[in-house]
Amino acid sequence: MVFDPETEPVPAESAEQRPAAGTPSPTVLETRDLDVYYGHFQALRSVSLAFPARQITAIIGPSGCGKSTLLRCFNRMNDMIHNFRAEGEVLFEGRDIYERAMDVVDVRRRIGMVFQKPNPFPKSVYENVAFGARINGYEGRLDEIVQRALRRAALWDEVKDNLRQNALALSGGQQQRLCIARALAIEPEVILMDEPCSALDPVATLKIEDLMRELARDYAIVIVTHNMQQAARVSDWTTVMMMAEDRAGEMVEFGATREVFTNPRDRRTEDYITGRFG
Amino acid sequence: MTTAETTFRRRLLARKSSGIGFAILCLAATLFAIAALAVLLIDVTSQGIGRLSWDFVNSFPSRKPEEAGIKAALWGTIWMMGLTAMFAVPLGLGAAIYLEEYAGRNWITRIVEVNIANLAGVPSIVYGLLGLALFVRALELQRSVLAGALTMALLVLPIIIIAAQEALRAVPSSIREAAYALGATRSQMVFRQVVPGALPGMLTGIILALSRAIGETAPLIMIGALLFVPFTPAGPLDRFTALPIQIFNWASRPQKEFQENAAAGIIVLLAVLLTMNAVAIVLRNRFQSGHRG
Repeated sequence: MVFDPETEPVPAESAEQRPAAGTPSPTVLETRDLDVYYGHFQALRSVSLAFPARQITAIIGPSGCGKSTLLRCFNRMNDMIHNFRAEGEVLFEGRDIYERAMDVVDVRRRIGMVFQKPNPFPKSVYENVAFGARINGYEGRLDEIVQRALRRAALWDEVKDNLRQNALALSGGQQQRLCIARALAIEPEVILMDEPCSALDPVATLKIEDLMRELARDYAIVIVTHNMQQAARVSDWTTVMMMAEDRAGEMVEFGATREVFTNPRDRRTEDYITGRFG
Repeated sequence: MTTAETTFRRRLLARKSSGIGFAILCLAATLFAIAALAVLLIDVTSQGIGRLSWDFVNSFPSRKPEEAGIKAALWGTIWMMGLTAMFAVPLGLGAAIYLEEYAGRNWITRIVEVNIANLAGVPSIVYGLLGLALFVRALELQRSVLAGALTMALLVLPIIIIAAQEALRAVPSSIREAAYALGATRSQMVFRQVVPGALPGMLTGIILALSRAIGETAPLIMIGALLFVPFTPAGPLDRFTALPIQIFNWASRPQKEFQENAAAGIIVLLAVLLTMNAVAIVLRNRFQSGHRG
């Protein structure tokens, strides 16, 4: 819907391994006219977006504009809030994830999430990574899955000598990479990241941004961030969200990152990016 | 600087000395409690330690104080505590898990929770009456150790439920979210992440409950625990006696030797209690995060 193969997406600078410019990226996740309500309060209005496979899409905007709400619609984490209501469609590989026949457990396995504050389980590093595999009925050698996930999350070298240590003994940045490894272990297709670096120091942040670029070779990544420089550094596509007068969140602009940051179409985007507010 | 000095009456000396005064009051309260406990322990030990011996532990009660022993009461208590734990722990933990993790947040749940809290305060003699009517008579368990254990289980159930619910509530919601985000069903999330995290608190609740049960005398008298038993229970449907009852029995006799027996009985009761608590504390430490691999 949004990806025109004629318009070349200008990839972020360090993404040489990504599909060559001009190659159309299949849309793996999509929303159509998504409205979100908490009781009577409308949190999101008419959001229509598409996320391509093997690319990084950033969602930016001022606080309270519904970025996290939108992100949590994609793996149905909002279901846990009892007065949550969604209208419109959220399509994952063509199927609406909110339809009755959809198994929410399966959706969550295939669309993984990393949270703002690292939240490893109070168990060993090994058990953290193995948990997802165990509960999803993985029948194979757990040791292999754990090692593969930890390698892909760029954490293996730091923990390989002591996989039995408690996850809470790791540093903040290591814990966040552990949470990424945990999500990777169950072979998702999309990884949702809700401000994954906001609780981390700059060095850890850069490590995770490097990791994201690596992961984008295999997964679609959607990252919510309030750090515009990070969005500009890391993402291929950017969505800008704003809060309307009635406090409902709206999508204001969507496009290739370079375009959005150098040549925004909407006035509100320009104001936000240049720091006039937000 | 000068404006601040005039607008704020800092009264530093008064604040510091009232702080110290308060700390001293708290310390005095603590020392008082410890002193009371110490007086009790010293009194009991000095009276009873002479009487404590293998014979004492291994003999049955007798009219002659020097031959009286605590064997029947000790085994009765052990039987009763074992059966009480067997009933109260699964029921209590199950109820807490259901109320906290599965039941909706509606008025029915609220009423149930309020009622459980009220039950924790009901006098134990009332539970004795309930046990007599329900277990001894209606279910025809007669005056057996099983009836006593079931009555005790009802008595301590609210304690376990409330403590377990608090422990479950204390598990951070970030853990639950993380589990859901990996595709866990509610049961997987509850039993593989939340309950293990709440285990230390649950064990504390169980310790408190069993400590209460071991010392309760009134309900057991209602149930019909005997005062003079020359045998130990061979099965759950046997008649029985318990340590508190035996101690009470001896303490109400005028002879000084029986008073010593009572003191020795108290020492045995405390020893059983401390052993139970030690086991539970060891288990709790094993499950606390940081120790588990």
